[in-house]
Amino acid sequence: MSINRRSFFKALGVTGATFVFGKEAPARPANEEVTEFKAILYDSTKCIGCQTCEFSCAEAHNLPEPEDFPEMGVVRKTDENRRTVVNSYDTSIGEVYVKRQCMHCNDPACGAACLTQAMHKTKEGPVIWREDKCMGCRYCMVSCPFDVPKFEYDSPNPKITKCNMCFERQEEGKLPACVENCPGEALLFGTRRELIAEARRRISENPDVYYDHIYGETEAGGTSFLYLSPVPFEEIGFNTGIQKASYPSLTKGFLYSVPAVFVLWPMMLLGIQDATKDKQPKTEDHE
Amino acid sequence: MNNTISVPLSEEKKSRWKFFLGELKPKGKMFTWFNVISIPIMLLGLGLIVIRFWKGIGSITNLTQEVPWGLWIGFDVVTGVAFAGGAYVVTFMVYILNMKSYRSIVRVTVLNGFLAYVFYAGALLLDLGRPWNVINPIIGNGFGTSSVLFLVAWHFLLYMLAELIEFSPAIAEWLGAKRACKILSGMTLAAVIFGITLSTLHQSGLGALYLMAKEKIHTLWYSEFIPILFFVSSIFAGLSMVIFEGSITHKVFSDQISEKNHEQHHKILRGLSKVCTGALFAYFFLQVLVFVHSKNWDYLSTPMGYWYLTEMLGFVLLPMLLFYYSYRNNNITLIKVASVITMLGVIVNRLNVTVIGFRWDAAVHYVPSWMEIVVTMAVIFTEIWIFRWVINRLPVLRESPSWAKNMH
Repeated sequence: MSINRRSFFKALGVTGATFVFGKEAPARPANEEVTEFKAILYDSTKCIGCQTCEFSCAEAHNLPEPEDFPEMGVVRKTDENRRTVVNSYDTSIGEVYVKRQCMHCNDPACGAACLTQAMHKTKEGPVIWREDKCMGCRYCMVSCPFDVPKFEYDSPNPKITKCNMCFERQEEGKLPACVENCPGEALLFGTRRELIAEARRRISENPDVYYDHIYGETEAGGTSFLYLSPVPFEEIGFNTGIQKASYPSLTKGFLYSVPAVFVLWPMMLLGIQDATKDKQPKTEDHE
Repeated sequence: MNNTISVPLSEEKKSRWKFFLGELKPKGKMFTWFNVISIPIMLLGLGLIVIRFWKGIGSITNLTQEVPWGLWIGFDVVTGVAFAGGAYVVTFMVYILNMKSYRSIVRVTVLNGFLAYVFYAGALLLDLGRPWNVINPIIGNGFGTSSVLFLVAWHFLLYMLAELIEFSPAIAEWLGAKRACKILSGMTLAAVIFGITLSTLHQSGLGALYLMAKEKIHTLWYSEFIPILFFVSSIFAGLSMVIFEGSITHKVFSDQISEKNHEQHHKILRGLSKVCTGALFAYFFLQVLVFVHSKNWDYLSTPMGYWYLTEMLGFVLLPMLLFYYSYRNNNITLIKVASVITMLGVIVNRLNVTVIGFRWDAAVHYVPSWMEIVVTMAVIFTEIWIFRWVINRLPVLRESPSWAKNMH
């Protein structure tokens, strides 16, 4: 994401201005305001399963505090009152903790599914939900390959809830609550590019500690939540069969056929209509 | 031509109003089997709908976080719209292919299609968590143009409009509005062409909705060809509905149908069963191609595989052969049997994609609650009530008034 549309137009504008004003317009550095996706790297080798992330998440979003705790063999799930959970898995090297929440895909299925753009991939990286737009159709839930968006089934004014990477805190220049409070430094916040480099560095420096894969680097077209694990990811409950291409690409073929059908069908139908028309002078065939 | 103009305007208005009020009154017997069964269900459904808006969707449905779309979407919307496909197929045959012998079933089919869209889109409102925001994609509080659902929503709206225009001459004839009738009749062809284009896209679009749920739908029902399969199956789904509905209306409303149309109806049924044979064959062939290409042989010997084979052989191949046999042998009863099997097959197929095969491997399966079923039945019964009300008043099955005969 080194060049997005905005920076492209900016560069274009600067180039154009340079041509028009010559030397008067100082060529501004093109990377001045390049936004890169922010991301979080979660290193499960450092996670001690203390649930501080869960508690700080609940506090940051005014949700009830968790009352249960990670237990081996029990898969706790996020729900409408809980945007992140830590689970414990019995693996080939013993107990491993895994934090789960929204993956914040680069090209999210929920965002492409949303017909009102209530589910929105911000240019900063977090995928957020906007209350004033959502009609509660739950198509985001149908589409999300990670089953992240949750719905308040027991409310007459229901919301879609999920981790928003503390977007409101990020706007104030603060870290996401879970990252800020993690005592084990299992969570690291930064740009996606930096974090992938950092994850690679950790793997190559400690090949015995880490399983050689960064979950989220390519899964579902890449995500802004990146995972390091000591064991293969299927041992800690991840779907490793998930496709590498982004999920919205699955509907692209259909959507691209729409304009073609819209132009060609009426022409074809008119042609057939004309060809099959009774060219004889009108008779009383209505009787 | 304008003999109403001689009446003073206020008088005319008053008589129109009186006429309208008179038409609102029920006609016919109140204590029929249909009324006795449908009225309590409709009232119960209404009560459940009140609870749903008061306490939330979870209060009357069994939907879960893993299965967010259940019976109301999978059956009411996805299956209901497939059954409403008869309107675009029949208008294609009559107005585009100029097959005039099918003209007598156009109005009733279009009416059926229109009401189906109104009620099933209406049922969609019950399923929306925040229905007051339903106009957002229309007014632009977020044009989610990358969403298949955005396309489907717009198409529902526009297609309802197209069908209303197609049906509007009947309304004009009922109200005796001659000029309007002429203008509206002139718009029919444009509405038909627009309607067929929209139908192609949203019938397939309903399938395309599920393309992103790649890992959630059982492999035997998921393929990138769902949109094409949904489109082709909507042809025979719609026509089977036309055959089924026609055989009922011809019994119930037989007094409205002219001798000539009664005779012609058998010929129409035979013609439709021929089209159904072709469409079912194309669909079956496509399904075989999809199956062979996706190399799913191993799945066939699992319970879901047997269920898949049941659908393909019992609900696609069998009705295809029945339709073929019955139009060759002019067996009208068998045509009706085949149409019922085809309709069951379409229900099975749509539910397999949307409900049964969706999260088929989940620990807790979604099974619709009795309340979801009651609401669904209430929606269907209300639609039939409106249908009956219209049939009894407007020139749908019966002949148009003589002044309208030469207009279209």
